Amino acid sequence: MSVLTAKTSPWMRGAAIGFITLWLLMAAFPFVWTLWGSFKVQGDFFSRQDWLNALYGVQTLAETGSSFTGRGYYGAWVEREFWRSVINTGIVTGFVVVISLTFGTLGGYALSRSTARYAFWILIAALIFRAMPHITLLSGYLLPFFQLGVWGYLSTAIIVLVAINQPFTIWMLNSFFQTIPKDLDESAMVDGCSRFQAFRLVIIPVMWPGVITTGLFSFLLAYNDFAVTAVLLSQENQTMVPKIASFMGSTQVQGNVMFAVSAVVSATVPLFILVLFFQRHIVSGLTAGAVKG
Amino acid sequence: MPHRTFIAFILPSALAMLIFIALPIVSVVVQSLFIEHERVMVTAENCGPFGCKKESHVDEAATAELRRDQPLGRFNGLGTYLDRKHLAAKEVREAFAEASGPIDFLTRVGSLPLYKALGFTLAYTFVVTPLVLILGFMIALAVNALPYFVKGPVIFASLLPMIITPLIGSLILFWMIDANGIIGASLQALFNDPDLSLKASPTLTWITLMVYGVWHSAPFAFVVFYAGLQTLPHDTLESAMIDGANRFERIRFVVLPHLMPLAIFVGLIQLMDNFRVFEPIVGFNAGASATSLSYAIYTDLRSTGAPLFGSAAATSMLTIIGICILMAPVLVRTWRDFKRRH
Repeated sequence: MSVLTAKTSPWMRGAAIGFITLWLLMAAFPFVWTLWGSFKVQGDFFSRQDWLNALYGVQTLAETGSSFTGRGYYGAWVEREFWRSVINTGIVTGFVVVISLTFGTLGGYALSRSTARYAFWILIAALIFRAMPHITLLSGYLLPFFQLGVWGYLSTAIIVLVAINQPFTIWMLNSFFQTIPKDLDESAMVDGCSRFQAFRLVIIPVMWPGVITTGLFSFLLAYNDFAVTAVLLSQENQTMVPKIASFMGSTQVQGNVMFAVSAVVSATVPLFILVLFFQRHIVSGLTAGAVKG
Repeated sequence: MPHRTFIAFILPSALAMLIFIALPIVSVVVQSLFIEHERVMVTAENCGPFGCKKESHVDEAATAELRRDQPLGRFNGLGTYLDRKHLAAKEVREAFAEASGPIDFLTRVGSLPLYKALGFTLAYTFVVTPLVLILGFMIALAVNALPYFVKGPVIFASLLPMIITPLIGSLILFWMIDANGIIGASLQALFNDPDLSLKASPTLTWITLMVYGVWHSAPFAFVVFYAGLQTLPHDTLESAMIDGANRFERIRFVVLPHLMPLAIFVGLIQLMDNFRVFEPIVGFNAGASATSLSYAIYTDLRSTGAPLFGSAAATSMLTIIGICILMAPVLVRTWRDFKRRH
């Protein structure tokens, strides 16, 4: 963008670099700090004397004999069985992504190829559903789910998350399928394919970039959800995020906070890896909706 | 596309939305008209050496049976909507009659639970949304000016606050601003005030939550604006330069108009997402000084003992009406666009 930056005074450039450094510090430092602190004891990470203790690990050295300790991780993963929540999260996010994408590609494709007025109304309804806070729906589910005896199971949470995900998924895939020329599947149909065959043979091979991007956001929605999983899952079926929230319930107990800190770091790792590998997809996905919006 | 094929394709998605979004709304409407059963009381006469006394106690078995037979509770009409925890018709009328001025009136109304939650939700939405747009735009401009090889890592780091689970992100910041945490302790040292706590005062809690909100959402605005900057019309920019426009004039008259549709998009998404603010209040443990509509519903559903379905449903209905009002201009515009195209 040479046009924008040409003839920039050194002062201007310095200000921009200073600003971006400040922002990077704000954006990334909390994660670095928490990662570092998760290997200390509570007396250091929440030091009453001096926060610098968290850097040197004075208490950690005194309590455990080394300046780094895995106690928090041991407590969270083994004592409090965080691994169960990790498995539950894996099951929930896996199924949510696969089912959302299956439903979403079919629906999004149909919406992108239909010129009927009801297609517009479905999109508008989806937009309103997208705007509704998830928790308002939860108060609708809870009583019927209790009555039907389906409350507390992973499968219930999965199907609810799929449904909550649908409005966003069909919007995104609808706008993605609109970038695939209609001639492609229509010429296949002229050659004798049925609509479904055209979808299977012509559209499926070219739809993966859009599906991967949408899948990433479905994953994030399921992985990051707190409201649905906290209200709909029973204690033993809890996923990671509500489990971490339940760690916080007993903060006063010495050491418990460090369980939560370690669990938080553990739950952040998959997200880091995701951004690391799919940065380009995430960026393009965020902008896709906007540009075609 | 023939209707039959369309239905076949859309069916799974439409059914999922119908059963788990549309139907629950109906369920919310119904539940909001009912209220929990009162406990069944039995009165027994208890005779002792000092005469007879009438005592009443809760008949647990009968209460449980009643709850089982009629899980919805008893019909309450619009009673729940008008009670003190929701629209508080009586209290608002009293406040209107007794208040000495508009400010006094607002203070009185603002201390009622629903209006308190609504107040914070709206303040959060309308403070965070513009700040996100401004900060995101500034980051996009600055990153755009960076040399190519650092852009990737910078974008990576910038995405982190957005990608992080909201509850986890707020916990991370919550621990840092703890009086014994790095930011909390540094602030105490900076202001030389050992009692300074970001958690104690309602004002500081509000500010903390809003700072979190901006931190969490700015990357989204940044990414969208950054992508917009890649498609800037070079010719227009160059002619503006030749015409003698300085840097700020170029941003004001070329860049901003180019990014306007994107800003509307980001603003819209932010409006929806900020209106449902919930996780940070749990993460920052801020329920005492800041409650949002979503948080009020959550506490009703998780209330110890039996969940307050009626109360949660009434708040949900009011929230849905609120978001519809907020979205109305957008929907009208989309409808007009659609009619123009067809």
